[in-house]
Amino acid sequence: MTGGAWLLRRLVASVAIIFAVVTLVFILTHLAPGEPCPAGEQIDPAVCLELQQQFGFDQPLVVQYWRYLVALAHGNLGFSFSLRRPVGDALADTIPFTLQLAGAALLLDFLLGLALGIYQATRVNRLPDVLLGNVTLFIYSLPTFWLALILSLIFAEKLGWFPVGGPNNPIFCPVVDSIYCVADRLWHLVLPAATLGLVGAAGTARFQRAAMLDVASQDYVRTARAKGVPERRVVLRHQLRNALLSFITRAGLAFPFLLTCAVLIETIFAWPGMGRLAFNAILTRDHALVTGTALIASTVVVLGSLLADILLEIADPRLRVRADVATEILTA
Amino acid sequence: MTLGTWLALFVALVVAGETVRALRLRALQRERWRRFFKHRTTSWGVGILAFLVIIALAAPLLAPYSPNKQLDIVHLKNHAPSWTFILGTDVLSRDVWSRAVWGARISLGIGALGALVAVSLGTLVGALAGYFRRWVDPVLMRGVDVGLALPRIFILLMVVALWDGLPFAALVLAIGLTSWFGTSRLVRAEVLSLREREFVVAARALGADSGRVIFRHVLPNAAAPIIVSAALGVGNVLLLEASLSFLGIGVAPPDPSWGNMIADGASTIYSAPWTTLFPGLAISLVVMSLNAVADGFRDALDPREEAA
Repeated sequence: MTGGAWLLRRLVASVAIIFAVVTLVFILTHLAPGEPCPAGEQIDPAVCLELQQQFGFDQPLVVQYWRYLVALAHGNLGFSFSLRRPVGDALADTIPFTLQLAGAALLLDFLLGLALGIYQATRVNRLPDVLLGNVTLFIYSLPTFWLALILSLIFAEKLGWFPVGGPNNPIFCPVVDSIYCVADRLWHLVLPAATLGLVGAAGTARFQRAAMLDVASQDYVRTARAKGVPERRVVLRHQLRNALLSFITRAGLAFPFLLTCAVLIETIFAWPGMGRLAFNAILTRDHALVTGTALIASTVVVLGSLLADILLEIADPRLRVRADVATEILTA
Repeated sequence: MTLGTWLALFVALVVAGETVRALRLRALQRERWRRFFKHRTTSWGVGILAFLVIIALAAPLLAPYSPNKQLDIVHLKNHAPSWTFILGTDVLSRDVWSRAVWGARISLGIGALGALVAVSLGTLVGALAGYFRRWVDPVLMRGVDVGLALPRIFILLMVVALWDGLPFAALVLAIGLTSWFGTSRLVRAEVLSLREREFVVAARALGADSGRVIFRHVLPNAAAPIIVSAALGVGNVLLLEASLSFLGIGVAPPDPSWGNMIADGASTIYSAPWTTLFPGLAISLVVMSLNAVADGFRDALDPREEAA
C-alpha cells in the first residue's frame, strides 16, 4: 500500500469511529430515563407540549437523530438547555482553557518523563535508578484528584505559594489583556498543570526506561559499543532514537488520560474548561451539550492516535520498507 | 481503638508478613517465581495487598465502631487523630479508621469484581477476534476502536449519572463493561501469533473443536498478558470507582468507599486534612502494590527471560 492510500484509509476509519461515537452517545443520552417535562412539576401542559414540539422531542428517536445529523453537517451542534446558548458557543469558550491546561501538562509530562526515563536507563539497577523507580511507581499510582487536593493543601493553603480556584484573579484580571494578566494566568495554571503533568511524567518515565532497556539489548547497540563509539553517543544516537519510536505511539495515547483527568482536575480547581462543561452537562442531562463534548473528546482521541501513526510512518523508515515489500509480494 | 482492635491489627500484620515469607520460600524452588520476587518492590506489593485483603475480610474485628455511626455530631466533629480515633473523625463525627476498614471491603470488592468482568470479557472478545479472523475480527475490533475513542470516564459518567441511584452490582457491571477494550487488543495480538503455532495446528488436525482449541490450547499460552492486565485492571477499576465516587456518583452514601470518603473530606480539607489524606493513601498503596505485582508477573512470565 502506498503512503497516500494508507493515509486515506486511516482518515476514513477515523471519521467512521467518530461518527459511531456520536451515534452511540446520542442513543445513550436519549435512552436514559427522565423526560423534559416530568409529571408533578408546576408547568402548564400546553406550554410543555409546545416546547416539546419546538425542540422536536415529540418525534421518534430516528427522526431526532436524523435532524441532529443534518444540523451537524451544517456545523450546528444544537442548543444547550442548561446554559441557554448554542453548544458551539459554549465549547468555543471552554476549549481554550482545556488546551492551556492540557498543553502545560503535556509539556511537563513529556520533558520531565523523558529526561527521567533516559537518566534511569543509563544507571540501570544502581541507586539513582532504584530510588527514582520507586518514586515514579508511587506517583504513577496516585489518584489524580487526590493529588490535586493534597497539592492545593500544601502549596496553596499551608505555604501560600500558588492560588487555587479559577483561571485568573477575578479582581485584577477578569480578562487576560496585559502582561501582568498573562503572568497571572500562568500562576493559576501551576497547580492544576503540575497535578496532571506529574502523574503523566511518572508514567512516561517508567515507559521510557523500559523502552530504552528494550533497545539496549539490540545487536546494533552492542555493535556501536564494540566499535568504540563514545557512551554518550551510543545512548543518544543509537538507543534514544530507536526508543523514541515507541514513545511516539505512547504519546498519541496520552489524550484519553488527559481528558479523563481534566474532568476531575477542572472540577477541583474550578477551571472553566471542557471537562467541567461535560461533567455539568451530564449532571443536568443536557443532551445536546453531552453529545457535543463527546464529539470533541473522541475527535481529539482519534486524531491523537492518527497523528502518532503518521509521525511513526515518517520517523521509522523500516515501516515503509516493510510495506513496500508486502506490496511487491502481493502484486507479484 | 480498644485493645482487641490493636491485637487484631497486629495479627493481620503478622499474617500478611508470614504470607509473603511463605510465598518467597516456595518461590525459591521454581526459576520463574524466583524472577517474580526479583525486585524488592514486588514483595512489598504482595505484603501490602495481603494485609489490606485481610483487613477487608476481618472488617468486623478491626473496626471499633460502625462505619456509618455518627458518634457525637457536636463534640466529635472533625476530631484530629488521637489514641481513641487513630485516623480522626470526619465532618459527621464518624470514625475515619472504621470507615476506611469497611471501605476496604467495598473498594477492593469493586476493584476485583470489576476487573474480573473486564478481563473475562476482554479475553473472550480478543480470543474470538484473533482466532476466527475473517468477518469476526474486523467487526469486533472496530467496536473496540469506538470504545477506546471515547474516554472511559465519559461513558461511565453518562451511564451512572443518567440512571442515577444504580445498585452496587450495576456499578460493578458498568465499570467492568467499559474497561475491557485494552485487554481485548492485547489478547487478540497474542492469539493471532499463537493460532499459527504447530501445537494449535496439531490440535485442530486431531479434530478438536474451536472451543476446545481456544480454551485448552491457545488461551493457557496467552496467560502472561492476561494476568498482567488483570493485575493492572484491578488498580484501574479501583481508581475509576474512586473518581466516580469522588464526583458523587459512585458508591452511594452513607456506605463508605475510599473514593466517597475523599469526597466527604474534600470540603473540609484545610481544617481536617486527615479525612482526605488517609483514604487517598489507601488507594495509592493498593494501586502501587498492584503495579509492583504486575511488574513481577511481567518479569516472571516474560518468555524472553525464559530463554536467557
